[in-house]
Amino acid sequence: MYEILTKKRLNPTVTQMEIHAPLVAKKAKAGQFIILRVDENGERIPLTVAGTDAVRGAVKIIFQIVGATTHKLNCKKAGDTISDFVGPLGEPTHLDGLKKVCIVGGGVGCAIAMPVAQELHRRGAEVTSIIGFRNKDLVILEEEFRSCSDRLTVMTDDGSYGEHGNVTAPLKAMLDAGEHFDCIITIGPLIMMKFVTLTAKPFGVPVTVSMNPIMIDGTGMCGGCRVTLTQDGKRITKFACVDGPDFNGYEIDFDEAMSRGRMYAAFEHSAHERACNLFREVD
Amino acid sequence: MPNMRPDKNPMPTQAAEARKRNFREVALGYSEEAALDEALRCLGCKHMPCVSGCPVNIRIPEFIAKVKEGDFEGAYQIIHETSSLPAVCGRVCPQETQCESKCVRGIKGEPVGIGRLERFVADWHNAHAADNLEKPQPNGIRVAVVGSGPSGLTCAGDLAKKGYDVTVYEALHTAGGVLVYGIPEFRLPKAIVAKEVESLKRLGVTIETNVVIGKTLTVDELFQLGFAAVFIGSGAGLPRFMGIDGEGLKGVYSANEFLTRNNLMRAYLDEPETPIMKGGSVAVVGGGNVAMDAARTALRLGATAVYIVYRRSMDELPARAEEVEHAEEEGVIFKLLCNPVAVLGYENPDDPRDPKNGFVSGLRCVKMELGEPDSDGRRRPVEIPGSEFTLDVDAVVMAIGTSPNPLIKNTTDGLEVNRRGGIVVNEDGLTSRRAVYAGGDAVTGAATVISAMGAGKLAARAIDAALRGEKEKEA
Repeated sequence: MYEILTKKRLNPTVTQMEIHAPLVAKKAKAGQFIILRVDENGERIPLTVAGTDAVRGAVKIIFQIVGATTHKLNCKKAGDTISDFVGPLGEPTHLDGLKKVCIVGGGVGCAIAMPVAQELHRRGAEVTSIIGFRNKDLVILEEEFRSCSDRLTVMTDDGSYGEHGNVTAPLKAMLDAGEHFDCIITIGPLIMMKFVTLTAKPFGVPVTVSMNPIMIDGTGMCGGCRVTLTQDGKRITKFACVDGPDFNGYEIDFDEAMSRGRMYAAFEHSAHERACNLFREVD
Repeated sequence: MPNMRPDKNPMPTQAAEARKRNFREVALGYSEEAALDEALRCLGCKHMPCVSGCPVNIRIPEFIAKVKEGDFEGAYQIIHETSSLPAVCGRVCPQETQCESKCVRGIKGEPVGIGRLERFVADWHNAHAADNLEKPQPNGIRVAVVGSGPSGLTCAGDLAKKGYDVTVYEALHTAGGVLVYGIPEFRLPKAIVAKEVESLKRLGVTIETNVVIGKTLTVDELFQLGFAAVFIGSGAGLPRFMGIDGEGLKGVYSANEFLTRNNLMRAYLDEPETPIMKGGSVAVVGGGNVAMDAARTALRLGATAVYIVYRRSMDELPARAEEVEHAEEEGVIFKLLCNPVAVLGYENPDDPRDPKNGFVSGLRCVKMELGEPDSDGRRRPVEIPGSEFTLDVDAVVMAIGTSPNPLIKNTTDGLEVNRRGGIVVNEDGLTSRRAVYAGGDAVTGAATVISAMGAGKLAARAIDAALRGEKEKEA
């Protein structure tokens, strides 16, 4: 069993927790993920590591309440335990040699982008961050980003906070103005990562995207997390759990990944309804 | 007098019509009468050809002699001396190509039902006798075992019985490896695996779930933690796909994923937490035991039609005859001499938001014929031009094998692997790294439970010999 050390509500649908998992805390690097199960019979879900504290043996996770499992997790409080927590899985984000980087985060993806931005800042790289949300109420981690970024732009879809529009708008403006980046690292909804990649393409800036497909074991056994890449004109299969989760944005088949991500949409919807009804009865 | 009837006592089974819609065990096991009768078919050959066919050399005529006497516990003790998982092996071993293939009775009739007797004895023991699980005198030497599948459990058990302080590291949340995530309940009830794991714990073995060696800890760190030797039994790896169009469609599974969702994650429940596609028609590509497991699982999940698509003919089908027979009885349709060329998907041209878009709608196949034998002697399947046809299916399960997992290789300097990525070992199971041993699918690629157990056993013996040698040198 793994104890929940702290719990904090970041916005109405996003929660931050620290879980006691000393071995994971000692090892995890920016870009890696963990898999957890809330309880016996529970589903295994992957979540990216949002930070670690090796001294306290704490691993920070940030999750959006989207389905039955995240709903159940959100009902736990500090001091409670969850049954399983394994990691760190996947390859860390490759940051070696990067001097000037643009981080583009969207929604809860910002939680994943944050440790990457922090690590780059710690290494002395120049960090430009663009983070986007649907509206003012959903903005998270603004202060954290500000403290590790040389420049920060906050975008909201409805203009209720920061600048009005998509994350691609300020990115395009910077690239148009002749701004140079060694790399753009983008983490967020697939559709956003796809358009960040398309925006960067005319300028030839390398784009790293972080994939978060459906997964079970996360150790290279089930193959559920496969993504299709195009390399040298050939389509090849890679596994996000052992080859990723980071991939070259120009190679990823985003449309297939978006379609595969919705495989269990109907199931997830009804499972979430069931979970909500259950908790309502308990309340 | 031996019983000279040419046929084995048949294995009682659940009727095909009933069992194809439930996950309860198909084979029900011998009664005491059937076991006694079957045991009497054994001639007790002095040269014991059957023993040479067993990867762990169970003393078969001796245990069967005990069954003849009605001393079932005595029979169990003989099996248990060489096999740590008799209830498992009695169920999943391919006896027909191992011990039973060497049986003298097989020349003029059916061989003795050795596997069925082993299962009977193990089940009798589990139902009637308590395990003698006295902890052996500890020798204070720590050994780490990576993976809790058949090779790891066997290696751990053998070392624990010799007094070693053994820790087994398991990546998943439940111990048992392929016995839990891969082999379905209807062939191997999970309670049997859980009992074996429990016995190991009572012997003093520590099982650490949720630890991925190569990620959470490396092999080198295990030595830093004070382990004197490491056994790697991490199993087979990443599922293979065919590389044909449409494998990214929704509804295309690897057999590993399909079986793991059902077995380990219990997607068969009425209101499961982990989803799986239920119902519709399903094509399973491949002809091994894993393919049969996937096909029969799909049936039990409610599929209306299940096809096995295999590019050679019935004679070349690598699955066990018993599994093929069971699958046929349950209504699995064999599309032999057929090879998939593309997975087809549904796309509504008028409605991009149609929820069916992107789901599998069919499997395009081409008919094959057998040509000249290739280097391994099997006749090579050749496409028949112009013979393409489409199977209307809603899901496709690829059961065409795995390629080795890279996690341990990539994080262990000096660990030699072969061209296919399998860990290279010598005749003792020793790898290119000092005090690091390996066995099972991580070495051989996909093979059987019993050969993995044999490898675990061999390595345990070698680890014991090496560590005792070191201790004596120190003394």
